[in-house]
Amino acid sequence: MTQTYADGKFGEYGGQYVPEALMPAIEELTDAYQRYVLENEDGFMDDFRARLRDFGGRPTPTQYAERLSERYDREVYLKREDLLHGGAHKLNNALGQVLLAKYMGKERIVAETGAGQHGTATAMAAAHLDMPCEIYMGETDINRQRPNVFRMRLNGSEVNPVTTGRGTLKEAISETMRDWATNVEDTHYVIGSVVGPHPFPAMVRDFQAVISEEARRQVREKTGGLPDSVLACAGGGSNTMGAFANFVDDEGVGLYAVEAGGSSLDVDEEAGVAPNSASLSTGEEGVLHGARTKILQDTDGQIMESHSVSAGLDYAGVGPELARLVDDGRVNAVNVDDDGALEAFHRLSQLEGIIPALESAHAFGYLEENYDDLGDVVLVNVSGRGDKDLETVIEETEKRDIDAAPSLAEFSGGF
Amino acid sequence: MGDESENTTAANPELAAAFADGPAFVPYLAAGDPDYESSLQYVEALERGGADVIELGLPFSEPIAEGPTIQSAVVRALEGGMTPDRFFEFVEDLAVDVPLVCMTYYNLIYQYGDEPGPRPFVERAAEVGLSGFVVPDLPAEEADPLREACDEFGLDLVFIVAPTTRGERLERIMSQVSGYVYVQARLGVTGAQDDVSGQTEQSLDRLADYDVPKAVGFGIKTGEHAERIVAGGADGIIVGSALVDIVADGAKDGESADAVAERLESKARELKQGALRGYDQRVPQAEGK
Repeated sequence: MTQTYADGKFGEYGGQYVPEALMPAIEELTDAYQRYVLENEDGFMDDFRARLRDFGGRPTPTQYAERLSERYDREVYLKREDLLHGGAHKLNNALGQVLLAKYMGKERIVAETGAGQHGTATAMAAAHLDMPCEIYMGETDINRQRPNVFRMRLNGSEVNPVTTGRGTLKEAISETMRDWATNVEDTHYVIGSVVGPHPFPAMVRDFQAVISEEARRQVREKTGGLPDSVLACAGGGSNTMGAFANFVDDEGVGLYAVEAGGSSLDVDEEAGVAPNSASLSTGEEGVLHGARTKILQDTDGQIMESHSVSAGLDYAGVGPELARLVDDGRVNAVNVDDDGALEAFHRLSQLEGIIPALESAHAFGYLEENYDDLGDVVLVNVSGRGDKDLETVIEETEKRDIDAAPSLAEFSGGF
Repeated sequence: MGDESENTTAANPELAAAFADGPAFVPYLAAGDPDYESSLQYVEALERGGADVIELGLPFSEPIAEGPTIQSAVVRALEGGMTPDRFFEFVEDLAVDVPLVCMTYYNLIYQYGDEPGPRPFVERAAEVGLSGFVVPDLPAEEADPLREACDEFGLDLVFIVAPTTRGERLERIMSQVSGYVYVQARLGVTGAQDDVSGQTEQSLDRLADYDVPKAVGFGIKTGEHAERIVAGGADGIIVGSALVDIVADGAKDGESADAVAERLESKARELKQGALRGYDQRVPQAEGK
């Protein structure tokens, strides 16, 4: 957490692979990150913390999960980021970056979104801080996350559909970079995860690190010690790095980044499709969206189309710091497939009264399959709530035979 | 202003020569758009239309610096089966004499061949006779490995200078560039525009003291644009989207490759003539020409 990586490199990963037109803005941002975030100039971090508390509702609780603990015969704790304003951890970063943009004198915000969680968080933060905001979202994602599109519009943001490629997060990031390259002088790009060129991976991690800062203290208060394992789902990796950052130096704490195994870990090289989003588990080193990291690519280096039942994990890359931590053996890259995530979604809904985001459900899928290896005290990050996923869940549940699932047939076709 | 006929930075004499007498017309097409055979014909048509250097795009799935026109070209070329290996065959199959510059994104360069890093790609590029590279997502900060490989095999590395590039950044880029510098005429992504940006003149002013040919690109669409930009001091013009539009229309309307090639040749001629007119307007100030 305390490492700052001044050169923007995490070992061989990271860096700044962006068009020259963006480099001056990135230098300006790097300087602002150093002064406002790392050195608290003008009381920026105090302002940020106060807004996270009053506007965001922090701290979020760390809850003892009674029935899961019983089921797995160990203590299971839930870090309840689903209770943060907006229903996901995304606000931590969005609020931090929009506020930073304000301190930098920028006049306009652009952001990409996959599941719509980062888009809604950015739209809320932009409304809260009175900044005009445009969100780029792939058409496929717009269709599977309509409630979030509506929320962004309610907060006064414009939502621009991206029709290139498969119309998911990868294309939305590319399109937002193009907007930024065009309007770089007055616009800040609020990137939604620990990806992209330096300083984004480090800065987004620092904004999200409040998750593990609180959780570490809260678990200690409840148990007198640290957890044996921390589980978080990993797409781009922002809730993952947020949940891990303050545990990285605690060598006894096992860290598990649970990726989307999708429908299969096998790759269809011919079609350019990886039916999963497991860049840490199966990806190769390469350069995507401004950073060297692990990516899903074919042997030529063309980026593959990824897949996950969860739009928020559906991305062909991952944060460079996570790639480094996995190479170093500090973080375990594991994965859970679509079926396992859906089962876990229903299980958590019924056992604990918490409807999790499909993203977060992956972490619970891993707990179900591997609880024996995770020690006596397990902390799971509930990165977001699942309201946005209800239509997907109805559709995907109908295709499968899931023991824990109630009958959803009457809801088929929407509400 | 320095004397353009003396380019001391060029590692590849062919590329330097293309700028040596008169303004260089540098058209761009995506290799393999919309298919291999037609694309060969199209690139050859550009040479007949007066190209002095040709930038050949090797399509990458995430072209973050490109506007809609070239994004669509990339999709067509990828669907047509273009790959790095096919691209090198394409260069070998081309019957053109002007120097060719490969424009692509770093991941394709980095992944090519058996060892990680840019060397195998550059080695193969040298074998097939390419003269240099433009890599839009590789700023000077990350360019050392590619620069070294280019030096080893005698290829040029062209850098893009944006309207936002100033001061130390500019110096750093200009110390690494060779062949020519790609002056980005406006902020944004590639794409044909209806006017010429005022940002161009300011960029050319900032570059006036550097003795590397300055080729202006981004948004040039007509012979008149070309004329004004060369009259304003550019040593060359780079035109992509306005040409790719012709390929796109041809693909959409099912036009014959011959007809598309003819239209490309005539558009190329219009642009080259524009550049020459612009050059005539400033001959009184130019030295040694």
